[in-house]
Amino acid sequence: MSAPTAPVARAARAPRRTLLSRLPVVHQLGQSVGLQRGMLVAGLIITGVFVICALFAQLIAPYGFAQLRDENGQFGAQLEPSAQHIWGTTVGGYDVFSRVIWGAQTALEVMIVAIILSIFLGVFLGLVSGYFGGWLDRILVVLADAIYAFPSLLLAIVMSIVISGGQSNLYGGILAAAISITVVYIPQYFRVIRSETVRIKGEAFVESAKVIGASNARIMVRHVLRNSTRTLPLIFTLNASEAVLTLAGLGFLGFGIEPTAAAEWGFDLNKSLSDVTSGIWWTAVFPGLAIVLSVLGVTLVGESLNDLADPRLRGRRAVTAAGGAVAATSVVPGGTLEAGPAGITGLEGTSS
Amino acid sequence: MNNEATGRQTIVSIEDLEVSFSTDAGAIKAVDRVSLSVAAGEVLAIVGESGSGKTVTAKSILGLLPETATARGAIVLSSRDGGSRGTRATNDVISLSKRQLRGIRGTDVSMVFQEPSTALNPVYTVGWQIAEGLRAHGKLSRAEAKAKAIDILRRVGIPDPETRVNYYPHQFSGGQKQRVVIAQALVLDPGLIVADEPTTALDVTVQAEILDLLRRCRDEFGTAIVLITHNMGVVADLADRVAVMYQGTVVEEADAVTLFAHPQNDYTKKLLASVPHIGQGALQTAERASGRAEAWQDAKPVVVAKDLRIEYPGRFGRGGFVAVDGVDFEIRAGEVLGLVGESGSGKTTIGRAIGGLTKVTGGSLQVLDHEMNGIRERVFKKVRSDIGFVFQDPASSFNPLLTIAECVAEPLVVHGRARDPRAARARVDELLEAVQLPKSYGDRYPHELSGGQRQRASLARALALEPSLLIADEPTSALDVSVQARVLELFAELQREFGFAALFISHDLAVVDLLADRIAVLYKGKLVEEGTGAEVLGAPKHPYTQRLLASLPVPDPVEQAERREALRALRAAERV
Repeated sequence: MSAPTAPVARAARAPRRTLLSRLPVVHQLGQSVGLQRGMLVAGLIITGVFVICALFAQLIAPYGFAQLRDENGQFGAQLEPSAQHIWGTTVGGYDVFSRVIWGAQTALEVMIVAIILSIFLGVFLGLVSGYFGGWLDRILVVLADAIYAFPSLLLAIVMSIVISGGQSNLYGGILAAAISITVVYIPQYFRVIRSETVRIKGEAFVESAKVIGASNARIMVRHVLRNSTRTLPLIFTLNASEAVLTLAGLGFLGFGIEPTAAAEWGFDLNKSLSDVTSGIWWTAVFPGLAIVLSVLGVTLVGESLNDLADPRLRGRRAVTAAGGAVAATSVVPGGTLEAGPAGITGLEGTSS
Repeated sequence: MNNEATGRQTIVSIEDLEVSFSTDAGAIKAVDRVSLSVAAGEVLAIVGESGSGKTVTAKSILGLLPETATARGAIVLSSRDGGSRGTRATNDVISLSKRQLRGIRGTDVSMVFQEPSTALNPVYTVGWQIAEGLRAHGKLSRAEAKAKAIDILRRVGIPDPETRVNYYPHQFSGGQKQRVVIAQALVLDPGLIVADEPTTALDVTVQAEILDLLRRCRDEFGTAIVLITHNMGVVADLADRVAVMYQGTVVEEADAVTLFAHPQNDYTKKLLASVPHIGQGALQTAERASGRAEAWQDAKPVVVAKDLRIEYPGRFGRGGFVAVDGVDFEIRAGEVLGLVGESGSGKTTIGRAIGGLTKVTGGSLQVLDHEMNGIRERVFKKVRSDIGFVFQDPASSFNPLLTIAECVAEPLVVHGRARDPRAARARVDELLEAVQLPKSYGDRYPHELSGGQRQRASLARALALEPSLLIADEPTSALDVSVQARVLELFAELQREFGFAALFISHDLAVVDLLADRIAVLYKGKLVEEGTGAEVLGAPKHPYTQRLLASLPVPDPVEQAERREALRALRAAERV
């Protein structure tokens, strides 16, 4: 070892971020400014309300989703909004407000099932296909392209017939929507993860793991997968909103879930078709709004996360002219590199 | 050189320029009250290491700062036309609107970029791209613009410009592409060219030609040049006046001869001292050679290549590309072999073949008694623990999501010497200490370290299993010169301590000379010369080695002028 050089005070360490601020969404919220922040906050609020409605439907909704009567007898059909039924009742005599709240629960279930089904398979296939390449990769890419050509709603209809013979119950409806979404979204996860994998495979740190002698499985999980998940939040949210739309579409076409099995916005919209012409607005507006808002909220979050993840798209506060301090960028003698052998004894009091 | 004294007109004068950037971490000041001026027909070199603010200063002359930047101060640029006789009209670039900026770019000031292969649009012919600038600044017919493009291509030394004007960028070599970029900058005859690291991406023999061309720009076109570079040899070769920047300020400004002979500022002195010279390594090499045992020559070499051929498969219907063509060499235990060559000479391919990253397609390559031609990964995996590899780019050779300690522990975990990174921590700390990094750096993430520190951590990782062979592929080419000096010093120290054999790959003769016991020169996949540093660099036999050596600019303007003449003679002799 060379003779110790003059000890230098250790450069102040950037404060380590707390666990909370490193969580995906919270971290981006802290980064954002201006319009991007507005979009993200709006999306988060809408999505938050949606999730709360879904989780606590039992507490929020005054009636059950299939409830037609209370202690005062039948609700009556197509009642105008009143103190009893704040958003009125439907043609079938259900309370609109309750069904909209309960519908959130169904929508959330579809989202979760669809994402769970597609994300694991899509990510796994993308990783394997991108990392190994060759004929497997070529076949999978062609398959993925072929699936793109499938209309998801048609697939969902076929699925609902296969699963429940056209007789839609709760799980039949949810699974039909979720599986059709899965089939359509696996190629999307696959594509994104595959292209990231191909890019990362060429990075020097993967090669350095190879020369060390690490196994393929280790490289794939430890080095490639962890670095290729940047764009997942975006597809994740698109996937979720698409799931809601497909479920609503199924319900609207009459392949949805029976009103006695679960509340479902698309079904309610379908039943309110005739009401619209006769001036009964409340049966269509509220479920329709629920669909629009839940999709909008999730998409807003996804879009903002995407913008914030890219430093070129990320907005920043303007700085004043000649503001800020000159960063210690150089690594010249006297700079950071001087923390040599002297640095070890000098900087670390505990070392021998 | 004082402008008043020489009576030359000032082309641009920068006064109290301050530039700040908005970043995620808040405002960062990149340029801090810089004042500079350039006279007509003068080459001002702005020298500094990465992050010193030299590029930002130069780019603000063209108003090319990104949106996140705010600038204050004045950049007074004289205009080529518009002024009354004798005095030129001037513009303050900082206060110009975007429209006015477009007007001055190209006509009053233009730019030569670092990477010629990305500065040209691949889908247009070079003639079109040169004409684009012409047509943006005046009404010219297609034919007139093309005639001008041909003329300028001829003047920058593109052979057969009438045909070449219709070529696409990929049909030119790197040096020719840079000539086209310079032609593009010159075509409107601007008073000032800003050249941002114009030769960094080029090989040293091509670099010498481009520097010649830039010198001709100054002498024949009377263009002033702002040359941004970190290479002191380039500065010595081309610059009339030098401004040294450090942390956003100009620390020293002097004419080139004075600066190199009598640097005033401490930083400048250190910067100049850390530039490697040829001939520095001879002493160390001799010392090491004398310390070796008698039988060392007869011991079995670590690496033996015999008629080694490596061919990359071509596209469908085309033949493959032969990267390495019949190369013979040996690396003995404890010896450092320096492998020198220009880009495309196959030096990296040889390193990768030894590391088992590229398949050997012909001949024989024995690494630690294993024949690499046709070896299976399963067999080679055990051998890998005896081979260390240091990559060129310290920025990408670490997984950004793992801490330095986890990265350094990786080889230990993979080869079963430790159960997990935490168990390996004691050994990791030792290794970090060996490469002169504080232990606490193990908890940092790669992006929290500077380039030099990362490259040391990379060395620590390569040495984790105490390999008997280390392959270093351009380990210092991405580093600043002062950092490079420290890393090279460390490399030599570690080599002494651990006694590993090493293949040191570099394009820089001076760097290789510092470390290597023997030097092998590669040219177009063939080994043209091999021998000790004194043999190869002292008395080169092959004409390519001679040219390579003569092209290397030395950081001394007076000596460099002599060398330039020597190179010119050498080239003339080759042509005959």
